[in-house]
Amino acid sequence: MPSDEMWINMGPQHPFNHGLWNLRVKLKGETITQAEPIIGYLHRGWEKMVENRTYSQIVPLADRLCYGSSLSWNHLYCLTAEKLFGIEAPERAKYIRVAVLELQRITSHLTWLMAVGTDLGSYTIMTWSIRERELFLDLLCKLSGARMTYNYCRIGGVRNDFPENYERDVNRTLDEFERRLRDLESLMDENEPFLMRTVGIGKMDGKTAMNLGLTGPIMRASGVDMDLRRLDPYEVYEDMKFEICTHTDGDVYARYRVRMDEMRESMKIVRQAMAEAPSGPIRVKAPRCPPKGNAVCHVEDPRGESLMYMVSDGTERPYRLKVRSPNFVNLSASPPMLLGFKISDVPAIMGVMDMCIGETDR
Amino acid sequence: MSNLYIELTNFTEWLLGLVAALLDWTKLGFLSDFGDWLQTAPVVDFVSTLLVAVIFLITAMMFGLCFIWQERKTLGRFMDRRGTQVGFLGFFQNFADGIKVILKEHIVPKDSDHLLFELAIFAYLASTFMLFGCIPYSDNFYVIDVDLAVLLGIAIFAFGPFSILIGGWSSNNKFTLIGGMRAAAQLIALEIPLLLCIVSVAVLTGDLSFVGVVTWQEENIWLIVPLCIGALTFFIAAIGESERIPFDLPEAEAELVEGWATEYGDVRWGLQMASDYFRAYILCGLFTMLFLGGWAGPEFIWAEAWYLSKTFIVFFFFIWVRAATVRIRTDQILKLGWRRLLPLAVVNLLIAVALKVAGVF
Repeated sequence: MPSDEMWINMGPQHPFNHGLWNLRVKLKGETITQAEPIIGYLHRGWEKMVENRTYSQIVPLADRLCYGSSLSWNHLYCLTAEKLFGIEAPERAKYIRVAVLELQRITSHLTWLMAVGTDLGSYTIMTWSIRERELFLDLLCKLSGARMTYNYCRIGGVRNDFPENYERDVNRTLDEFERRLRDLESLMDENEPFLMRTVGIGKMDGKTAMNLGLTGPIMRASGVDMDLRRLDPYEVYEDMKFEICTHTDGDVYARYRVRMDEMRESMKIVRQAMAEAPSGPIRVKAPRCPPKGNAVCHVEDPRGESLMYMVSDGTERPYRLKVRSPNFVNLSASPPMLLGFKISDVPAIMGVMDMCIGETDR
Repeated sequence: MSNLYIELTNFTEWLLGLVAALLDWTKLGFLSDFGDWLQTAPVVDFVSTLLVAVIFLITAMMFGLCFIWQERKTLGRFMDRRGTQVGFLGFFQNFADGIKVILKEHIVPKDSDHLLFELAIFAYLASTFMLFGCIPYSDNFYVIDVDLAVLLGIAIFAFGPFSILIGGWSSNNKFTLIGGMRAAAQLIALEIPLLLCIVSVAVLTGDLSFVGVVTWQEENIWLIVPLCIGALTFFIAAIGESERIPFDLPEAEAELVEGWATEYGDVRWGLQMASDYFRAYILCGLFTMLFLGGWAGPEFIWAEAWYLSKTFIVFFFFIWVRAATVRIRTDQILKLGWRRLLPLAVVNLLIAVALKVAGVF
């Protein structure tokens, strides 16, 4: 290796990687000529572990797949299991799920924004988005009693109905958050150093993104209009009116914009779902053992397309449960994004990816 | 001679006289001779200089610590939180931190260049502490007032990158190496606009000693008015020189862990961290002295208080910039330094020369 090139291990313990993973980059001066993400430090054998649990025991475990958006994983598991069991959640439960999932998407995006703030060196962005996230954590805590792993969905519905005055509280919070989101955006969009760090960095066009199997906001930032809430609607998303947020630039700034716009759209969906939720039961009884067979289900996680594939052999435990994590695929697309950029761009490019190692390593 | 010197010379004479009297009282010939020698002029000068230095070091360090406190509280307010709460208004946080870093284990990386590794950080700290001596608080309270005091201060400042580079290199760590290189490149890129701004001040005032510069401003006008471009350039370059966000590339914690100081632990790290604030304090002091009239102000409070309050206000703007911006890249800093600040500094110098030639001042 020439003496002006060197390999740098950014991880497994490094301030920029949220979670435990390693990014090996080869530098020529400060320019990246080769990059290689290494994961597996947080592998818990989740998929094997759940083969030893009954279906209802897996519900709280699904929460642990991702600390940022535990509810969306919890919901995905329950949705797949319902398909396998051949049951369907009641109408009210579906509306409740949609509202809560979108609240979870907002908290997840705020957690991501917090991480972007620290990665780019602005603690103001971090503390402001934590402050805003707290509003939604309060809502979710009121609903489920937990701040991080909610354990809220059940096979065949949800655990409990909205608490008293919940719709009023949610609407108040959303009104307040809409105002604060404008502040938060002006902190970044009108900030010349922030634009210097994000515009034109980590560019990826739509075709490459599709070939690499990217999903979620990163994909939409490259101009590909792909959102499973619209393409393959689950729950009651086909009745909801919302825009799919896309951006054409495909750089870090576009990815940031897509997520910020998504928060606005999520707020719209929450308001609709809360207003339109019919009254009725929230849960149906699920049998103990599903019939033999398999089921597959994919949903739009805050990070991209998450998928679960479940095989039942007729017993009370799943025979096989396969998880497709959006971040696992997105991470493998990081080398082409990083090549040719500076080492200072690594936190910007990887930061907007919203890394969550819990679901990546499983 | 400043009043401080005169006071302390009197005090030293009294103290050494007391010691000599005690020695004389023993009635031992050689001790009495020693007492006589203690009262000679060189010894008195030496001891009084030492006392001045110690007093200056302690006061400057205390104000440096106040800067850390100010940053913690103000930054907290910018971020909608309270900042540190340890002790009265959070004043004791620094002492708690200090005790913590002193109690830490001293770790030297196995494959590092031990001698250079140990020396580099002290060279860095020594240059910071030397800078304290260059900055007067008022025309009565200073250590040195040579004709080229401003130039001396900047020269000592330029010593910093060398020790950073050596420290980064000797740690035998890729992060520290990159951090050291960045520090050297950045400080050189920003030092030239900084120096050109000082040259413009020298052109207008015709003096390079702080006392002279401040006296000129007292008699004429605060230099921030005619040289506003220079003041802005100096301010931006000063943020870069003190390695603060948005220019804290040498220790960009997101990509370089702790930059050039990654391998330094215990009290060395603590002093390095405090040293950043000491340097920021010195740069704020320089800005106050060069552009804001130093200790000039109505006489209902002490001149020193004027000087310090102006310094704290300048540092408030430093904190504001830090709260509002993100860290920018190395190449962008170099571009900013060479392509934006340098032309601005030259324009400012031309304005100063034009004002001087036109005889406005």
